[in-house]
Amino acid sequence: MARFVVRRGISMIALLFATSVVVFAFFELIPSYNPARAIAGRNANATTVAEVSRKFGFDKPIYTQYANTMKLIFTGQVIDYQDDLNVVDQFKQRFPVTLSLVIPAGIFWLVAAILLGSLSAIRAGRIADRAVMVAAILGVSIPVFLLAALLLYLFAYKLPWFPNTGYVTFAQSPTQWAYHLILPWFSIAVLSIGFYSRVLRSNLLDMVNQDFVRTAKAKGLSQRRVFTRHVLRNSLMPIITMFGLDFATLLGGAALVTETVFNLPGVGQYEASAIGNLDVPPILVGAMFTAFFVVIFGALADVLYALLDPRIRLTG
Amino acid sequence: MAERLLDVEHLQVTFATEDGMVRAVDDVSFTLDRGEVVAIVGESGSGKSVTVMTLMGLTRSPNSRFGGTARLGGDRDLIAASEEQLEGIRGQEIAMIFQDPISSLSPVHRIGDQIVEQIRAHEKISKAAALDRTVDLMERVGIPRARDRARAYPHEFSGGMRQRAMIAMALSLSPSVLIADEPTTALDVTIQAQILQEVAQLSKESNSGVIFVTHDLGVVADIADRVLVMYAGRVVEQGTLDEIFYDPQHPYTWGLLGSVTRMDREPPRRLPAIPGQPPSLVNTPQGCHFRPRCPHAFDRCTEVPPLEARVQDAPDHLDRCWLSVEEKRARRLVDGRIGLATGSVTA
Amino acid sequence: MTDQTATRETPPGDAGGDAGGNGKAPLLEAEHVQLYFPIKQGVLIDRTIGVVHAVDDVSLTLGEGETLGIVGESGCGKSTLARCMVRLLEPTDGTLRFRGNDITHLGRRRLEPFRREAQLVFQDPVSSLNPRKRVGQIVGTPMRLHGMDRDKSRARVRELLDLVGLNPEHVNRFPHEFSGGQRQRIGVARALAVNPRLLVLDEPVSALDVSIQAQVVNLLDDLQDELGLSYVFIAHDLSVVRHVSDQIAVMYLGKLMELSPAKELYAKPIHPYTEALLGAIPIPDPEENRRRERLVVGGEPPNPISPPSGCRFHTRCPRATEVCRTSEPPLAVYPGGHVAACHHPLNVSAEEVSAATRSPLSPLSAGDELPSGQRARSEPPDRHGPAGIGTGEGDAGATASGGT
Repeated sequence: MARFVVRRGISMIALLFATSVVVFAFFELIPSYNPARAIAGRNANATTVAEVSRKFGFDKPIYTQYANTMKLIFTGQVIDYQDDLNVVDQFKQRFPVTLSLVIPAGIFWLVAAILLGSLSAIRAGRIADRAVMVAAILGVSIPVFLLAALLLYLFAYKLPWFPNTGYVTFAQSPTQWAYHLILPWFSIAVLSIGFYSRVLRSNLLDMVNQDFVRTAKAKGLSQRRVFTRHVLRNSLMPIITMFGLDFATLLGGAALVTETVFNLPGVGQYEASAIGNLDVPPILVGAMFTAFFVVIFGALADVLYALLDPRIRLTG
Repeated sequence: MAERLLDVEHLQVTFATEDGMVRAVDDVSFTLDRGEVVAIVGESGSGKSVTVMTLMGLTRSPNSRFGGTARLGGDRDLIAASEEQLEGIRGQEIAMIFQDPISSLSPVHRIGDQIVEQIRAHEKISKAAALDRTVDLMERVGIPRARDRARAYPHEFSGGMRQRAMIAMALSLSPSVLIADEPTTALDVTIQAQILQEVAQLSKESNSGVIFVTHDLGVVADIADRVLVMYAGRVVEQGTLDEIFYDPQHPYTWGLLGSVTRMDREPPRRLPAIPGQPPSLVNTPQGCHFRPRCPHAFDRCTEVPPLEARVQDAPDHLDRCWLSVEEKRARRLVDGRIGLATGSVTA
Repeated sequence: MTDQTATRETPPGDAGGDAGGNGKAPLLEAEHVQLYFPIKQGVLIDRTIGVVHAVDDVSLTLGEGETLGIVGESGCGKSTLARCMVRLLEPTDGTLRFRGNDITHLGRRRLEPFRREAQLVFQDPVSSLNPRKRVGQIVGTPMRLHGMDRDKSRARVRELLDLVGLNPEHVNRFPHEFSGGQRQRIGVARALAVNPRLLVLDEPVSALDVSIQAQVVNLLDDLQDELGLSYVFIAHDLSVVRHVSDQIAVMYLGKLMELSPAKELYAKPIHPYTEALLGAIPIPDPEENRRRERLVVGGEPPNPISPPSGCRFHTRCPRATEVCRTSEPPLAVYPGGHVAACHHPLNVSAEEVSAATRSPLSPLSAGDELPSGQRARSEPPDRHGPAGIGTGEGDAGATASGGT
C-alpha cells in the first residue's frame, strides 16, 4: 500500500507538471496571441500594451514566465486577465456548483446503466434488448449541447415543468436545488448511460458463458442469485475504471457545455469563458485541476478494483 | 437388484447454429444404479459432455431442442422439469465436477464461501454451521489446514487443490448422482492419480452413482463398471468394462483401444492412429457416422445400424455395427493386439 | 525410424556429456543452463526479493537427427528450457552451443542464421495461428521474411502442405476451417518453412484427441526420416514421448532428475520420481489394473521460489532419508548410458551402484556423495510396499493416498 501511494503521488506530480507545461507552451505557439493586448483592452495604444507586458512579465523568457505563473498559482494569487478575478477563489466558489451537478448525475447514470445493461443482457436478442440498445446509440450519438438545448426547449419553454436556467444552493432550498438541476443532470447522464449500458451488456454476455457461472448454476442457485452474485459482480470491473475517469474529468470542468447552456455558475462555465477569451490562468488551473482528479479517481478505481477482485494487487 | 438412480431414454439434443442444425446427442439411452460408475468415453465432438450437461439442464438455451426422457429416481423427468424444479435438484441430488478447476470456480469469492453458498441454497442452516460442514468436507477430500484454506481465493490454490475443493463442493449435500466431466484432464499426472483415487473412494463411501466422462481409456479401466463409447453424437457401443476391453464390437472402439499407449508393454513401432478427421456435426455422414474413417466399411454401412445386442449371452453388450460378430473378432486383431487395421479408407 | 533405432542401441557417450555415440557432432548442447526469473518489489525502486528457479543448472546434448524427450509436470521448467534452446529466452547462466558455436548471449541480429535452423512448434494449435490470416500466408510469411520471392514461396507452401498431409488446394482457407489435428499440421508446416534442422516441439499433441495425437506423432516421425530433422520433444507425461524419443530427460522443479535412452527408462526407471510418473499413468487393461497395486505419490510440487534443500523431490519421495534433505545428489552414471540424480536409486544392482561415477552433467551445486551400494539395496524401513510397475527389485511402494 505504501508503494502504491508513493508511486501514485509521484505520478500526480509528474502529470501536473506535464499538463501545465503543455498548456503553457500551447498558448505561446498561437501566433496572434498576446495576453498584454487582451489585458490592456481593445483601444490601448502600443505604449500601454508594452507597459502591461512589462508589468505582467510577458517580456521575460518563457521559462521565467512559467515559473512565475506556477508560483502565483500555488500561492493562490493568480488572477485572470478578463476580469482581474482571483482564479483560485473562483474555483473555490464554483466547485460546489459543479459537485451538485456531477455527483447526482454520476449516481444516476451508473444506476441507470446497470439496470438497462442488465435488462438488455437478460433479454438478449428480444424486443426489450433491441429497444434499449437503439436508445443507447441515440444517447451516445446526440451531442450534449443539442440535447441540453432540446431539453430546455421542450421541458422549460414549451412545457414549463422546470425552470429554464439558474442555480439555487442546496443550503437555500434542497427542493429548489434539485428542481433546478434535474434537466442538467439528465443531459449529462444520457451519453454515459448509453455508453455504459452497451459496455455492460457485452461484458455480461461474455460472463454468462464462463465456466464458473455454469458451476454456480450446477450448484442449484436461483437464477437471480447466479446473475447478481456471479455474473454481474464479475462484469462490473471495467465499468469502475471508466466511471472513475469520466467522473474525474467532469469534476475538473468537462461539464462546461451543460453548465453554460443551463447557466450554472460552475467550474466548467468559468473555463468555457476563459477558453473563449484565450485567458491563460483559468485554463491552466482548470487543466491542472482535472489532472489532479484524474490521478485521484484513477487510484480510487484501482483500490476498488483490488477490493472486488482478489487476484489484483495494487501496483504503482 | 441395486436401486436405479437414473434412467435415460432416447435422449436427443439439437442446437441451432449459424451453420445449421447440430445434432449433438442422437438417441442416447443408459441407466445408472446406486454404487455404480458408468464411464462415457469419446473424443471432442462426440457429445459426451453435452449428454451430461443436459442431465443437469445446463444446455438449455433458446437455440437448443431436446427429445427423450431422463428419469431421476424413477419419476421426475430431468428433460421436462421446470427451471425451478431443476434448481432444487442440481447440487442437491445431482452434483457435477468440471474439467477445468481454474475457470470453474468464481475468481472473486472465497473457496469456503462458494461451498457454503451451495449448502445454503438447499438447506436452511446458519452460515456458521454451513462453514463448519464445509471445513469438514475440505478435510475429507484431503485439503490440509482446511479452516484457514476455506478463507483463500481460488487463485491461491494449486490446480489439484482446486479440484479437491470442487469435489468437496459436489459432495457437500451427499448427492445420489455424481457427474464428473473429465475431472483430471487439466491436471498433472501425479495429481491426476491422486484425484482419481479420491473420486473413486469418496463415491464408494457415499454409495452414490457416478457418471464419469473422459477421453482416456486408461482412466476408464481404472474406475468404471460399465462403459458407453460415443462417436459423433451417437453411442456406438456399450457394455461392461470387460466386454468393452476384451470383446469390443465396434471398429471405433478398436481404434480407441489401439491408440492408447501402454506403459507396461513394448510399444509398437508406429503409433496406431485412426485415419481421417471426426465428422462435422452439421453434415454428418449418411448411415454409420464412423463409415468414412472405417477400413471395414461396406455397402450396408450407409444405413444406420441400430444399437442392439449382437453377442450371444451378453444381452447388455450393445453396439452399432453391421459386421457379424465372427467377422469382428477376426478383423479387430492387428499384430496380435486389438486395433483398427490400416487399410484403404473411402473418403 | 531405422536411424533412430540405431542410436538407441548405441547410447551416447558414457558420461552422457559429450557428443552422441554415433560419432556425429552434437547439434545442440546445453551446459549448466540456468534461468532465474527475478521477483521484484519495492516502494520506490524495485529490488529483487526472490527468484523463481525455473531452470536450475541443466546440461543436455542433442545429436544430429536425434530426438530428445523432456518430460515433467507443470512448473518443472521444461517449457522454459525449450524456449532457452531456441533462444527466445536468454539463460541467466551456463552455455548453449549450436553446432559448437556459442549462442548463449548472441544479440538479435547475430541470432538470425540460428533462427533459420531452429524452430519452435507450440502446444496450442488454436491460439498460435493468426485467425485472420490464410494458411498460405501463415506458412509463407517466414519464407518471405528470410528473403524468398513470391512465386517461389507460393510453390513451396503447396509443397509443405502436401508434406504435412494437408490438401495443397486449401492454401486460401482460414485456420478455423480446420480441425485441431490439421491446425497442428499447419503449425508444423510453418516451422518447416525455413528448412530448419532442429524443431523444438512444446507439447505438440497435448491439446489433441488421442486418435489424432497418433497421426501427428507419426507425421513427425516420417518428417524426421525424410528430412533428417532433430527434435526436442516436450511432454507432461511419459506416454507419447516414448514413441519418438531416443533419449528422455525427466525434470522436476528446474532440475534434471534422470536422463536415459528411451528404452532403458521404461524398463528400469532409476529415479523414484520417474517411477512415480510411470505409475501415475493408468493401464488401459482392467485385469492388469486390478492386479497392479497403484503407486500414487502424494503431495504437490513445492514452490519454485523456495525449492526444498537437497534433492528437490524429497518432500514427496517415498524413499527419502536424511541425506536427501541435506545433500543434493549428483547425477550418477549407470550402465547403458543411464544417468540419475538419486541417493536411493531403483532397479540397479549393488555392483552397478558401486561402479557408478559422477556425471559431468551434474549440477555444480550437487554434492560429491554417490549412492552407496549398501543404501541402494536396503529398503528404508516402513516404506516397503507391494511391487509397483517396475520390473526391478527395488520398488518403492508409495501408496499414500493423495495429499493426506
